[in-house]
Amino acid sequence: MKHCLWLLCLIALPSWSVIDGHKYLFQDPEDAARFEQLAEDLRCPKCQNQNLADSNAPVAADLRDKVYELMQEGKSDDEVVTYLVDRYGDFVRYKPPFRLDTLLLWGGPALLLLSGILLLALLRRQQAQPVAELSAEERARLEALKSSLDEENK
Amino acid sequence: MNRLLLFIPLVIFALMGLVFWVGLGIEDKTSLPSPLIGKPFPEFELGVVEDGRTLTTKDLQGQPALVNVWATWCPTCKAEHAFLNELAEQGIRIIGINYKDDVMKARDWLKAYGNPYAYNLSDPQGKLGLELGVYGAPETFLIDSEGIIRGKHIGDLNPVVWESLGKQFGEMQ
Repeated sequence: MKHCLWLLCLIALPSWSVIDGHKYLFQDPEDAARFEQLAEDLRCPKCQNQNLADSNAPVAADLRDKVYELMQEGKSDDEVVTYLVDRYGDFVRYKPPFRLDTLLLWGGPALLLLSGILLLALLRRQQAQPVAELSAEERARLEALKSSLDEENK
Repeated sequence: MNRLLLFIPLVIFALMGLVFWVGLGIEDKTSLPSPLIGKPFPEFELGVVEDGRTLTTKDLQGQPALVNVWATWCPTCKAEHAFLNELAEQGIRIIGINYKDDVMKARDWLKAYGNPYAYNLSDPQGKLGLELGVYGAPETFLIDSEGIIRGKHIGDLNPVVWESLGKQFGEMQ
């Protein structure tokens, strides 16, 4: 029973996000999880192949601080992302938005799949075409062969 | 006909090769397009490196200018400094943002290498830098007389870069 109480106390504690040596403190563990998710989904503009959570670049640290600050102001995930996109461009998102100039990016795989299916269907249809009809001469030869086989089997 | 179909993979490969070749060639990975072009310069209220007076966004307006983000810890900034001096001699208005730097160090630097700037805004925490989407110094913005951002260059300014940037700047005068 005593142990259970201890556990309950632990759960009620505010929680630190594990990012950057537990620098960021959140009253609500859910917010800490949100922060971690955001830091993972946002891209560091300097290092370009690391997210905000992993990067040691000074600009990534600044952006982490900014994300934390915006979250403390009660901003939603979308608002935080929009704030950064307005300043750093779509580049900071790993998931590009669906727009006219990203149409090929999003639609490309579907387009390739469709053309693949089309090609396959075309090839199948070609293979399924019936063999050409026998001419009268060929049919006569076939009959002759058949009857000679019958003769032999008798 | 079936023989020709055998060449489809080769054609696809060639097409993809072409796309990647062109795509990788065009993209300059060190400079990202700025979403700030066409937007007003962000609001700020910052001290000036040279004399400590406070300036705001309004003080930028009046005539077109280059806004150059620099720091004493940035080697490329030193590389471009001589060219900035040249531009200033030609009468180009350059405003500096001393980005995540120490005011005393910045003053020493300006004394040692010359001061091409009309004035320098001190941004020790990089707050204005963040508003501007700065991710490395040097970066240079082109602003018109209304304080609207018209262009951005990432990396050092030099005669080659200035050919196109200077033309754009000249058109704003």
